[in-house]
Amino acid sequence: MNPGSNPEDASQAPVRGGSRARLRGLLRKEFYQILRDPSSLAIAFLLPLVLLLIFGYGVSLDAEHVPVALVVELPSPDTASFTSGFQQSRYFVPVFQRNLVEAEQALLNRRVMAIVHLRSDFARRLRQPGGAPIQVIVNGVDANTARLILGYVQGVWQKWLQREALARGETLAMPIQLEQRVWFNSELRSRNFLVPGLIAIIMTLIGALLTALVMAREWERGTMEALLVTPVTMREVLLGKLVPYFILGMGGMALSVGMGVWLFGVPLRGSVWVLFAAAALFLLAALGMGLLISTVSKNQFVAGQLAIITTFLPAFILSGFIFDIGSMPRIVQWLTHVLAASYFVAILQTVFLAGNVWSVILPNALALLLMAAFFLGVSRRKLRRRLE
Amino acid sequence: MLKRIRALMIKEFLALLKDKRSRVVVFVPPILQLLVFGYAATFDLSRIPFAVYNEDTGAAARDLVARFSASPNFRQVAVFTHEEEITPQVDAKRVLLVLHIGREFSRELLRGRPGPVQVIVDGRNSNTAAILLGYVNTIVAAFNADWQQRTGGAAALASLEFRAWFNPNLLSRWFIVPGIVGLLTLVVTTLVTALSVAREREQGTFDQLLVTPFRPGEILLGKALPGFIIGFFEASLIILLATLWFQIPLRGSLVTLYVGLFCFLISTVGMGLMISSLAVTQQQGLLGAFLFLVPSILLSGFATPIANMPPWVQQVTYLNPMRYFLVILRGVFLQGTPFHLLLDQFWPMALIGLVNLLLATYLFRHRLY
Repeated sequence: MNPGSNPEDASQAPVRGGSRARLRGLLRKEFYQILRDPSSLAIAFLLPLVLLLIFGYGVSLDAEHVPVALVVELPSPDTASFTSGFQQSRYFVPVFQRNLVEAEQALLNRRVMAIVHLRSDFARRLRQPGGAPIQVIVNGVDANTARLILGYVQGVWQKWLQREALARGETLAMPIQLEQRVWFNSELRSRNFLVPGLIAIIMTLIGALLTALVMAREWERGTMEALLVTPVTMREVLLGKLVPYFILGMGGMALSVGMGVWLFGVPLRGSVWVLFAAAALFLLAALGMGLLISTVSKNQFVAGQLAIITTFLPAFILSGFIFDIGSMPRIVQWLTHVLAASYFVAILQTVFLAGNVWSVILPNALALLLMAAFFLGVSRRKLRRRLE
Repeated sequence: MLKRIRALMIKEFLALLKDKRSRVVVFVPPILQLLVFGYAATFDLSRIPFAVYNEDTGAAARDLVARFSASPNFRQVAVFTHEEEITPQVDAKRVLLVLHIGREFSRELLRGRPGPVQVIVDGRNSNTAAILLGYVNTIVAAFNADWQQRTGGAAALASLEFRAWFNPNLLSRWFIVPGIVGLLTLVVTTLVTALSVAREREQGTFDQLLVTPFRPGEILLGKALPGFIIGFFEASLIILLATLWFQIPLRGSLVTLYVGLFCFLISTVGMGLMISSLAVTQQQGLLGAFLFLVPSILLSGFATPIANMPPWVQQVTYLNPMRYFLVILRGVFLQGTPFHLLLDQFWPMALIGLVNLLLATYLFRHRLY
């Protein structure tokens, strides 16, 4: 110990309030550091603001105004009655084309996504047994959009059949009368599920980015060695790193939820308190993971790499944010269980859209709690008062 | 001059790869991620858990249920006997779909009237719900067609013949895996370059570099080439895995693909160095990398089509190099698009790259703060 340079430090007063005072000192140092390099503040507040604005407006899986080529070889009242369905649909922007070759060229150049082809014998075969074939060609490169388009075309076709039957005074009796009810998101607005998922991704980024570099930075700059010669315990060092960034992270969460509800109109059907309790657990796990990365790598470059690799892409692809976890192969499903974001996405989507469903919230919250305990516990063990 | 650039390159490679942990984090994760994400990232649903609430005892109802159970997309996990069972099971996410067949279903069908069927879908993930409803409609349409044929009802006026070009079975993996090639190349090159100048700034060695006889252009090349070479090498490895392991058809020419890769690498290395020369600490470099990476990926058309975005966001995506590279990747892989049709994708990437490289060179000497 060198009491000369650290006069008010706890070396003389380990009896009362020593730990408190040391922790306070560490916290003050960390806050100064945050204020001096504004990138931490930017991570907590600018990052969510920018990302939510871009994605809340930009990311959508709802295909509307799909350009589709209509090739009518021999126009007649019958073909006009069929194609009018496309002109009225909000899903399509029809482009009339004289022949199939032109339309195929447009499909190749991605000027249209699909071709609907009515052959010259359409009107004639309409009244014959077997009916007239309508050829639909779709660009299958984006398989998901292609499937949606097929569904829309089917819808137009069915409406047309009904109109034709009505015009002839028949009722078109489809054997099954299907009534579809979509719970929690009846208009199937993709923003309603993307925004809660985005909050999970943003919180993952905040958690990892805030803490991934802080320990490594102390090692790399040699200030960790300076800390080691003071009487602070490792528990205090860890707490001193955790508390400021936890506060910043919760601030970022509040900003994201506020934007989600007031700007993007995502319904919040569950309780705000449940949401923030879950966010606190998740943030502890995410910060803990960042601290662990930082403690283990001791080098900002490696820590930064690990933070990017283990957080953003897995949270984007494996968390259930866009891709359905239940449809992944078994092994990959197992992998999603070690990802804190997958539990948080489940809680967020449920609390936002369905409400306080405890059978979803409790198991996922428990998993988050375990992960937070694991990461913080392992960081604590890995962080030794020792030089190599 | 060549000798000096070579010396700088060797130094950069050493700084990057001398540490075993750095070597591992640069090379191993992209390969692992391709394997995991290649399997994970699919919009095709399989084994969707569903429950049957069948109040009807007739044969037609049994036939309809059997069609759902037999489909590989669905997996029956529960049979409900009371209406009250539905809500808790759907809420708890144990079933995504409930097929509710009304009491009069078979009798109504036999009388030639429509039978009531209700499906309840969990809409928390609206994309999954939309795809699921598509599957339901396909099964119901097949049932309707068979029933009409069996009972000799009037056939439809016209029928639809579907054909999907380039991807006849509409496998979303064929769409996603070429995208992952671009995704991982982007992440690797940005990471390698975004911290390179910031690290030297933080350690103070960049000032030493500036007082050597190296010209800024030479420093730039020395910094850019390692990222370029590593990106090129990893992209080739990932392309190889995509074709051999995931069996994605590679219909176009490799030359076209590699010209695209070349332009793309110029743009990402340029972006990375620009971010790096703006940053004073590595944390700022990392933040910059994220602020570039995340929007580039989400606004690239990788998972959500650009055509669905509002017009002003679509304008913004023209600044995103990843957007052009994805068009090239998917075009060459799936459509076999020839070189001349992709010219409009090549030059914007090269332009973005050059502008950023020039900016980075300027910023080497003229820091903002």
